[in-house]
Amino acid sequence: MEPVLVVDGIEKSFGGLKVTDKVSFSMFPGDLTAIIGPNGAGKTTLFNILTGHLAPDAGSIRFEGKEIAGARTQDIVTMGMGRAFQITSIFPEETVLDNVRVACLSKLREATVFIRPISAHKRATDRAYQILESLGLEKFSDRRAFELSHGDQKLLDIGIALALEPKLLLLDEPTSGMSPEERLLTRELIKKLWSLFNLTLLFIEHDMDMVFGIALKVLVLQQGALLVEGTPEEIRSNPEVITAYLGEEL
Amino acid sequence: MDPSFLVIQGISGLTMAMILFLVASGLTLLFGVVNVFNFAHGSFYMLGAYFAYTFVSILGFNFWVSLLLAGVAAGAFGMLMEMLFLRRIYGRAEEAGFQILLTYSFILIIDDLVKMVWGTEYKSLQRPDGFSGSVELLGMVLPSYNLAIIVLGLLVAVGSWLVLSRTRGGRIARATAIDREMLSTLGVNVPLTLSLTFGIATALGGVAGALAAPLRSVTPGAGIEVIIDSLIVVVLGGMGNFWGALLGSLIIGEVTAFAVAFVPDWASLFSFLVMIVVLIFKPEGLFSPAKVRRA
Amino acid sequence: MESNKRGWTTQWAGIAVLALFALLPLVKTSDYQLTVANNVLLWAVFAMSFNMLFGVTGMLSFGQALYFGFGAYSVGLFAYYQGTWWFLPALFLGMAGSGILALLIGPLVLRLTGVYFTMLTLAFAQLGWGIVVKWYDFTNGDDGIQGIMPPAALSNKVVYYYFCLVLVSVSVWFLWRISRSPFGLMLRCIRQNPSRVRFLGRRVKRNQLRIYVISAVFTALAGGLMAGVDNSVHTGMWYWTTSGEVILMSILGGMGQFFGPFVGAAIMILIEDMVGARTEFWSMVIGIVMLTMVILLPKGVVGELVQLKERLFKRSSALGV
Ligand SMILES: Nc1ncnc2c1ncn2[C@@H]1O[C@H](COP(=O)(O)OP(=O)(O)O)[C@@H](O)[C@H]1O
Ligand SMILES: [Mg+2]
Repeated sequence: MEPVLVVDGIEKSFGGLKVTDKVSFSMFPGDLTAIIGPNGAGKTTLFNILTGHLAPDAGSIRFEGKEIAGARTQDIVTMGMGRAFQITSIFPEETVLDNVRVACLSKLREATVFIRPISAHKRATDRAYQILESLGLEKFSDRRAFELSHGDQKLLDIGIALALEPKLLLLDEPTSGMSPEERLLTRELIKKLWSLFNLTLLFIEHDMDMVFGIALKVLVLQQGALLVEGTPEEIRSNPEVITAYLGEEL
Repeated sequence: MDPSFLVIQGISGLTMAMILFLVASGLTLLFGVVNVFNFAHGSFYMLGAYFAYTFVSILGFNFWVSLLLAGVAAGAFGMLMEMLFLRRIYGRAEEAGFQILLTYSFILIIDDLVKMVWGTEYKSLQRPDGFSGSVELLGMVLPSYNLAIIVLGLLVAVGSWLVLSRTRGGRIARATAIDREMLSTLGVNVPLTLSLTFGIATALGGVAGALAAPLRSVTPGAGIEVIIDSLIVVVLGGMGNFWGALLGSLIIGEVTAFAVAFVPDWASLFSFLVMIVVLIFKPEGLFSPAKVRRA
Repeated sequence: MESNKRGWTTQWAGIAVLALFALLPLVKTSDYQLTVANNVLLWAVFAMSFNMLFGVTGMLSFGQALYFGFGAYSVGLFAYYQGTWWFLPALFLGMAGSGILALLIGPLVLRLTGVYFTMLTLAFAQLGWGIVVKWYDFTNGDDGIQGIMPPAALSNKVVYYYFCLVLVSVSVWFLWRISRSPFGLMLRCIRQNPSRVRFLGRRVKRNQLRIYVISAVFTALAGGLMAGVDNSVHTGMWYWTTSGEVILMSILGGMGQFFGPFVGAAIMILIEDMVGARTEFWSMVIGIVMLTMVILLPKGVVGELVQLKERLFKRSSALGV
């Protein structure tokens, strides 16, 4: 099987601080991989580099066989990389439906059609409703996005990314700021979305129940470098990880 | 070509540069510390000129005292504006747009206030005693008031840089630019800092207007020309960059001075040309590191 | 869908207002009223195309006078040098030329964002103004151009009014369709969260440039038609205060509402009509109105009314744009 993503030795420094230190890993179709690591380990920065928000100082990133290191965000996204954000990033004044629909329109290359009203774009509209339903947000579809609870806004953020039908979906701390109940629901939801949409999923998470509950593979980042990678069981019993990271959590 | 002609034009360019720099550095200071773009900054320049005119020609004060008083008056006006109005929109969504609109309304109001108080006819101001003639330097005859402006401008430049980088107040101002909340938990009176910064910046603008008054006639509507020129200066020098503002002022001052000498009719358009060229080739400004924001 | 219902209300309100304008020549008591109404219509188009930039896309241009003046002077100069027959071709040439100008200037001003964008648009517009003022031999400088007549078929004031009304209605319809289209949604998304738009695979600057050009074209239309209302053009049309007035109209009416700028234009022109006759301190009046709006009523007249209605009905709904 061809890998979707091959990251090879990427590096990034801010000033003198090395935030990404020779990170290499691969993602295959259908993977469900978690990235863990203490705050400031460089996880979000890694996502920023993968999505072209930052250019790496060195290294290569092959996505679907094409080199994308340093490419523009909009091109990488068009190639099929989707992302939801640690700090929720939605369109607050638009309706919940339109938040997702704008992404569907973008995917269908209808986002810059003018003259024809949005509601006449049936395919995008149906698709948007379908995604809202899968997230349990359909009852809010006419609300404006800023009216949603924090947890629902996070889900909406994921919905926008899902609407792009990404070949690789990156989720940055999907449960941060959620209540324990919401977390549990989101954990199940993400697992469900993964199988429903046949996703290839890479997510950053601090909630260990979620990491060890659903991930098939775990990457541990520490001070910008990849400490270890392995199955949840391997990570759980790895002494390095226990001292370096889990030690404080368990 | 006569070399002394070049020198004279060069001096005239430097003079203009210093006046521009006083305005532009205030603009930059406000943008850096208070995070406000003061579209009405040129109006304080204009107020400074009118205040100086009033103190010198009507009240008969000494020119240099009037210069100081004009700065203080313009600064007080600026502080008032910040405390009464601008303060109310800090932190509002899409604040930048509202700042421009609010400060735009000040331009309109101040313009008409000036017309009400001083009338619409041109006012002129005598050069101060002892500076009305010229001095001989290295075998050339140079206008002494221009030299005084250049020296004064440089002093203010170095002085404000020292205040900003070496004093406690300057450090507080710069820290305010970065994290207001943090500072107020440390017990700094942030609103007062912002108002004071506003006062100082607008005072600089006022002093610039007062200094320029003997060179150009004082008219209502002078504010907008000055704000556009100092804006071009800020774009040239790089955003919020103090020394960049000096470099930008020098370029615009000299380009305009020589344009006046060679193509007088079109001189006022040359600063735009410089801006367009810089925008095409170095949109981040001449003075900032060569890193284009991928906005 | 609720947002659709809101859309219908706005649409019918728009049709009703334009119908009222169509009835005006039947009930007017003087030609002057017709001129005022025509002014409202044309400034409304100007303000609405500005609002596509500011209220919708979040681009505060302080240089729309450039395209207004360009449209007006296209008509004025052609009519002056080539004769009345050129009035209509010049109107459309002015729109096309304005679009091309925007296509050239747009990429430059879009290199910067925020207040720098605003100030650059201002600088370019002042450059245009400077050229028109200084190029006396060609433009008549500050003397302007008088005696611009629409072609014979349109020379009757009422006919010209209806001609403007038709073009204004088409423009308003077109802008309305844009704001209800996927492109309109994309523009609103760019205002609210440009970086997320990139993560939808769309180019922010390219879409900003598109609307910048569209806005310039309709602004030029308003300017060109204005030349026929006043039968003259003057350098003030290029001056920065013209850009400022159109901004104030948007704010006054409500920049978050599609018809807000239309209402704002009407209010401004009526105030101008009443106050302008009595005081020379017109810009002070504008300044105070602006100050009040920004501090107390940032949503504008229409925006505040809509909010009041929403509060009364205790429900919130999508923006009427
Ligand atoms: N744009 C930036 N400029 C400078 N430093 C940054 C930038 N982005 C992140 N950093 C720094 O890089 C480090 C890693 O940040 P981040 O990737 O957000 O960590 P994580 O997501 O693992 O918590 C932090 O020390 C942070 O301060
Ligand atoms: Mg993070």
